[in-house]
Amino acid sequence: MSERSQVLARATRLRMNFEAAGAQVVDPPLLQPADTLLDLYGEDIRARAYVTSDAVRGEQMLRPDFTLPVVQMHMSEGAEPARYTYCGEVFRRQEQDPDRANEYLQVGYEVFDRDDPAGADAEVFALIALQLRGLPLRAASGDIGILMAAVEGLNTTAVRKAALMRHIWRPRRFRSLLDRFSGRSTLPESRLKLLSSEGRLTGSATVVGKRSEAEIDARIEILRADAAAPAIDENEILALEALMAVRETVPFAIEQMRDIAVDLPAISPALDRLDMRVAALKARGIDIDSLDFEASYGRTSMEYYDGFVFGFYAEVRPDLPPIASGGRYDALTRQLGQGAEIPAVGGVLRPDLMLMLEEGQS
Amino acid sequence: MSLKLGVPSKGRLMEKTFDWFAKHGLTLARTGADREYAGAIEGVDGMELVLLSAGEIPRELAAGRIHLGVTGTDLIQEKLPLWEQQLEEMAPLGFGHADLILAVPQCWIDVDTLDDLDAVAAAFRGAHGHRLRIATKYHRLVREFLTEAGVADYQLVDSQGATEGTVKNETAEMVADITSTGETLRANHLKLLSDGMVLKSQATLWRSRTARYSESEREALKRLNSLILG
Repeated sequence: MSERSQVLARATRLRMNFEAAGAQVVDPPLLQPADTLLDLYGEDIRARAYVTSDAVRGEQMLRPDFTLPVVQMHMSEGAEPARYTYCGEVFRRQEQDPDRANEYLQVGYEVFDRDDPAGADAEVFALIALQLRGLPLRAASGDIGILMAAVEGLNTTAVRKAALMRHIWRPRRFRSLLDRFSGRSTLPESRLKLLSSEGRLTGSATVVGKRSEAEIDARIEILRADAAAPAIDENEILALEALMAVRETVPFAIEQMRDIAVDLPAISPALDRLDMRVAALKARGIDIDSLDFEASYGRTSMEYYDGFVFGFYAEVRPDLPPIASGGRYDALTRQLGQGAEIPAVGGVLRPDLMLMLEEGQS
Repeated sequence: MSLKLGVPSKGRLMEKTFDWFAKHGLTLARTGADREYAGAIEGVDGMELVLLSAGEIPRELAAGRIHLGVTGTDLIQEKLPLWEQQLEEMAPLGFGHADLILAVPQCWIDVDTLDDLDAVAAAFRGAHGHRLRIATKYHRLVREFLTEAGVADYQLVDSQGATEGTVKNETAEMVADITSTGETLRANHLKLLSDGMVLKSQATLWRSRTARYSESEREALKRLNSLILG
C-alpha cells in the first residue's frame, strides 16, 4: 500500500493538471446537510454515507462525493461558463464489502457550459484519459439519455412513461413495470378485485394518517384508466430490450442502435447527439474504435447521471472499483437550482488506486 | 477457560431458553440473589452461563466475548452486517416467533403489494412535499428489503415503541414492525402488505466464528453439539 503522503502528493499533481487545463480550485466542506442528500438519493444513501448529528444542525453527512456541493456552490454563486477542480477525502460505508476503502481521496473536474455539450463531454473524458495515460485500463461508456429518449418515445400513457422513467436506475423494478405494461405479467388478485368494483370505493374504512381519501380516490381512477389502456406493443418492447442489451465498441454500437431506431424512432435525436460526442472525442485524439459502449451502463450507479456516462477499469484487477468515472448530470442542476438549470458534466479520479496499479506494474 | 453461553437475562425468553436446554439434558439456572445476574449450567462440563440483555447478545457474539448465544434472527440481522461471516446458526429453538412486516392503513384500499406502495410513495411525495414516512426501529433490515424490491421515495423515521400509533398521530404514514398475531395492527386500523414480509424471526442458538476456542472449550462444544443434535 502506498503511503498516505504519496497518495496526497499524487492527488495534488492531478488537481494541478486540471488547474492547468483551466479549472478553478474549490474546496467544499466535509460535512454536508443530510436533508439535501436524502431528498436526492432517498434512504439508500444511508447505506453508503456516514451520518452524524448535533442538536442544532440536525443530521449531517460526511461528504460521499463532491458533485452535490460543487453544483450547489455553482448554482448559488458561480459565473458561466465554469470549470472546477477539487481534491479531497470522500467517505463511504462499506458494510457489504469491508475490504474496500471507506475513506479515500478523489480528484475531480466539473464543467458547467451551455454552449457545446458534446464538446464538454469529450473535454472531461479526454482530460481524465490523459491523467490515466500509461495505466492498463479499459474504458467503458454509455448514454442514459438514449434510454430516457426510448422510454419517452413509447406509444403508451404518460403515467406509464413517468413510472418507467422514475425507475430507469433500478433495473429490476423497471423490468417488472415493463412486464406489467406489456401484459406479460398478470395483475395480482388484489388489483383485479379492486378493479372489479365500480364507483367510489372509499368511505367505509376508518381514515387514519395523512394520506387523504381524495388521494386514494385519485389513484383508483389512475388504476382504472391504466387497466383500460392497451398494452405496450410487443415490437416496441423487443426494440427497447434490444437497445438495453447493446454492448459493443462505439462504432458497432452506433450501427446497432441506428437499426433499433427504425422501431424506436424517438431515440434518433439522442443518437445524433452521440454522433456529435463521438466526433468531439475523435477530435481530441480518443481511439473510438477501442472504446466500449454499453447502453445500460450507469443504470445501477448513483442516480443523477442522465446523459454521457463513463468509467475506467483495471483489467488485471477486476475486484477494484473504477479507477475513474463520471458523466453528465443536467437534471441534478435542475433539481438543485430551484428553477435555474445548467448543463453539467464531470468526472473523478482515484489517486490511491492509480498508485496501487503503478506499483503492481513495476 | 470455559465455553460461554449468553442467554437473555429475564422474562419469557429466558424461561423458554432454560426449558429448551432442559429438554436437551442441560440444566440452566439463575443463581444467587433474585436480582443478581449470575447463572450456572449443569449437564456439560466446562460451560459457563452469561446472562445478558437480548439486544446485547449479537454484539457480544460478534466481538467473540461469548462463544454461544441465544437471541432472535431479527436482532442478529439488524445489528450485524455480513452476519454469516461472524456467526453460525446452530439451532432454531422453535419459540419467540415474530415477523417483521410492513403495514399500511386499512383505508388504503388501493394498496396491497410493494408495487402499489412504490407508486403511492411517488404520488404522496408529489402531493405533500416530503417522502412517505415509515416508522420502525429496524432501519437496516427495512431499508435493505425496500432497496431490493426497488421501492423509492420513502423515508424511515425512528420509533422505539408504540410504533403502530404513529400513523394515527400522523408522524408516519405506515409502519415496519414485529408482530406475532397482528392484533395490535388491526386495533390501530392497519393491514399487512401481501408481499411485505421483511423477515421471519425466532429465537435461535448462535455460535460465534470470531471467538477463540481453547482445547477444553472445543471439547465442551463437541459435548454440547452431541446433546443438541442427539
